[in-house]
Amino acid sequence: MTATIDTPIKESSPALDSKVPEGDITNLWENHKFSMKLVNPNNKRKFEVIVVGTGLAGSSAAATLAELGYKVKAFTFHDSPRRAHSIAAQGGINAAKNYQNDGDSVYRLFYDTVKGGDYRSREANVHRLAEVSVNIIDQATAQGVPFARDYGGLLDNRSFGGAQVSRTFYARGQTGQQLLLGAYSALNRQIESGGVEMHNRKEMLDLVVKDGETCGIITRDLLTGEVESHSAHAVVLATGGYGNVYYLSTNAMMCNATAAWRAHRKGAFFANPCYTQIHPTCIPASADHQSKLTLMSESLRNDGRIWVPTEFDDNRLAADIPEAERDYYLERKYPAFGNLVPRDVASRNAKTVVDEGRGIGPLKNGVFLDFADAIARDGVETIKAKYGNLFDIYANITGENPYERPMRIYPATHYTMGGLWVDYHLQTTVPGTYAIGEANFSDHGANRLGASALMQGLADGYFVLPYTIGDYLAGKLGESAVPTSDPVFKAAEAEVADRTNKWLSVNGTKSPEHYHRELGKIVWERIGMARDENGLQKAQDEIATLEEEFKKNVRVMGDANSMNVELEKVGRIADFFELAKLKARDALVRNESCGGHFRIESQTEEGEALRDDVNFKHVAAWEWNGEDTEQTKHEEQLEFEYVKLSQRSYK
Amino acid sequence: MSETLINITLDVWRQNGPADAGHFETYEAKEISTDSSFLEMLDIVNEQLIDAGKIPITFESDCREGICGTCSLMINGQAHGPNKGQATCQLHMRTFKNGDHITIEPFRATSFPVIKDLAVSRAAMDKIQHAGGYITVATGSAPDANLTQVPKEAADLAMDAAQCIGCGACVAACPNSAAQLFTSAKINHLNLLPQGQSERWKRVEEMVDTMEDFFGTCTNHGECYEACPKEISLDFIAFMNRDYVKAKIKNRKLAGQNG
Repeated sequence: MTATIDTPIKESSPALDSKVPEGDITNLWENHKFSMKLVNPNNKRKFEVIVVGTGLAGSSAAATLAELGYKVKAFTFHDSPRRAHSIAAQGGINAAKNYQNDGDSVYRLFYDTVKGGDYRSREANVHRLAEVSVNIIDQATAQGVPFARDYGGLLDNRSFGGAQVSRTFYARGQTGQQLLLGAYSALNRQIESGGVEMHNRKEMLDLVVKDGETCGIITRDLLTGEVESHSAHAVVLATGGYGNVYYLSTNAMMCNATAAWRAHRKGAFFANPCYTQIHPTCIPASADHQSKLTLMSESLRNDGRIWVPTEFDDNRLAADIPEAERDYYLERKYPAFGNLVPRDVASRNAKTVVDEGRGIGPLKNGVFLDFADAIARDGVETIKAKYGNLFDIYANITGENPYERPMRIYPATHYTMGGLWVDYHLQTTVPGTYAIGEANFSDHGANRLGASALMQGLADGYFVLPYTIGDYLAGKLGESAVPTSDPVFKAAEAEVADRTNKWLSVNGTKSPEHYHRELGKIVWERIGMARDENGLQKAQDEIATLEEEFKKNVRVMGDANSMNVELEKVGRIADFFELAKLKARDALVRNESCGGHFRIESQTEEGEALRDDVNFKHVAAWEWNGEDTEQTKHEEQLEFEYVKLSQRSYK
Repeated sequence: MSETLINITLDVWRQNGPADAGHFETYEAKEISTDSSFLEMLDIVNEQLIDAGKIPITFESDCREGICGTCSLMINGQAHGPNKGQATCQLHMRTFKNGDHITIEPFRATSFPVIKDLAVSRAAMDKIQHAGGYITVATGSAPDANLTQVPKEAADLAMDAAQCIGCGACVAACPNSAAQLFTSAKINHLNLLPQGQSERWKRVEEMVDTMEDFFGTCTNHGECYEACPKEISLDFIAFMNRDYVKAKIKNRKLAGQNG
């Protein structure tokens, strides 16, 4: 079924030293922890560390660093650290505990994650992730995270996302909120004891680098507009993903790429921006005014049947369409897997039928997910017990009763696997700047498995970064942080203030929201579920043209000296424009399909993503060269010593 | 349900900063789809204001799925609007009908100062959390998660409390601006679990005392429960009061002893 693929050995770009230690992968991290330099407890308080973002990765890192004795300053643009978007994760968190005695192990979680990422992640990082996954569950439980339990009082697990073992821990439908409250509680303890200086409602608008090393950040106070400098020996970016480049996504309204993008412009390479996860089961947009999309758990595909009418432009209600005129296209094309094909396959097929003109709903932008057969087979009560809360969410948003008529679903952007390039220490290409959680690129390759995002955020924050950052800081002993009176800070402050004020003087005619929405349409159409050379080239032109108009014609009302939501938005949208251009280029040059990146030119006979391991078994990391010059591409070659390269097949 | 378009009139609280006295302004929202959410309706009004060269209405929201607790509006005098068990972002326009007049105000409480228009500061809620909303367990020091069995009933009840999204609707709905429902949810989430026992008495004392520094007194109106988007039970307030009284007579030095 799977043949091993041989590939030539290539050298990585000298600019990308992954710092992966030599040795057997099963004890690589353990040995490396011993070989890294330590900072003694009395010296830790001499080091200042800035953590930007307070989701799972940021809160856990800030709390843990403060517990170790570092002087930590944490920043969030929210009114409270607890509101970060990690809070919205529903499903669960994976860990190789093997509590269900079903043959799970660290190695199996490692294996599943590398394979699930379609062989585009770094093996050493993924193995470490699987190793520390078990510690996360211990830590969270001790903090009081109320994971689901069985009647004996022990922790319960569920299976998730095609894994053959039950390794997912969950807390009702709100595992993200509960884990975040756990990390936030650890952070609170440090705020109370003075270990963390917490800055709410401050947005990072630049990274400050002096003589090639990180020395701090520039923030803007979102209540007063004040632009401030903050210095430190190291900066940790835990600022999430860039899914809102699509405008419509399951991300929260304020999620943005600005902190990561500003770091990119200061020298941090940006890796694999073309990798985006599109989740197949979301509620379709209802009109132009739609502000975001809502995810429905993909567990619904266990009982729901997906179909569209065989006729084009069929305006009848589902109930009026006879069986013979329905196309259960997944069951037809993939008889073995049916409605349970992987996320990317389900998403692409939905796009195909909607593009053909067989979409359903008022805007013809969805497919049916039909429970009629399941209800007839198992009864309403059984279906209600399994999916009641999801049906309620659906009914509330759409005003339709899914017990009586099929749900309408369509794919939506959900998670971004690309991000700032980091080495094994989670350090970016700017010494002293680290990226953790969704903000980095490291662990999920070209596709993330369900219930792995929470795992990675907390692994980085609790158990990886606090060790690796010491190795860097140990070399800085005796050096004080660059004072904020230094000209490098003053220049950065002036630049941020200028950039912010500039938007107020454009005085155009259209709102920032208008341009974000228009940008999103291009990115979704051209760099969405299926991409091709022609579309990607057009995307670059279209984005550049719209960006020109945006800069000349955006209208930002209000002033810079008080709370101004429009002013916050416009800067983030400007960075999305730059990111979108790079995303198109990255997708264009990666002339293969892998995981969530599907090039129409590169597919198997069954319509599966067809990798080209000979030419693309690498991380593409892009180096900023200034406003008017294109980024340079660097390649980190990936080696698969343990999980052998193979082509997935659903025959 | 098929989409219909409705026209509504809004009376919106406008206040240009904490020091401004504030006033209502009236806006006509025309041809609003009943499929849009309440906040999307405000987005549309804001875009129209920008088109007309006027300052848009400041309001806060983030996840728009009812979990982050950022959105905070009084809609016709009710925190998060008329529907039970929903945050403002989950309210849809099909709840309203053509010609309706809707009054929108910020969450009002002395401890929630208005920042601008409909945005308020809820920083006082974080202060209560700082005072004891945690179990002391440094990273790396936790025992195996299955070492301690937690009765399912206890775990479920702790989860009921833990559902609180920290939006502050309970405070806004309370005639006394009391924060008992929020504080009790936070305390009980931890106090109901075996892991939370070591700091149980200290936690309840310190969190309640901090709460009283900022918020009003509970006189059992129950408006908090009515407004709560997660329908947190009033029972938790009773549990909190019981623990608080017990904490006052507990000698913590002897608490490690049985009996």
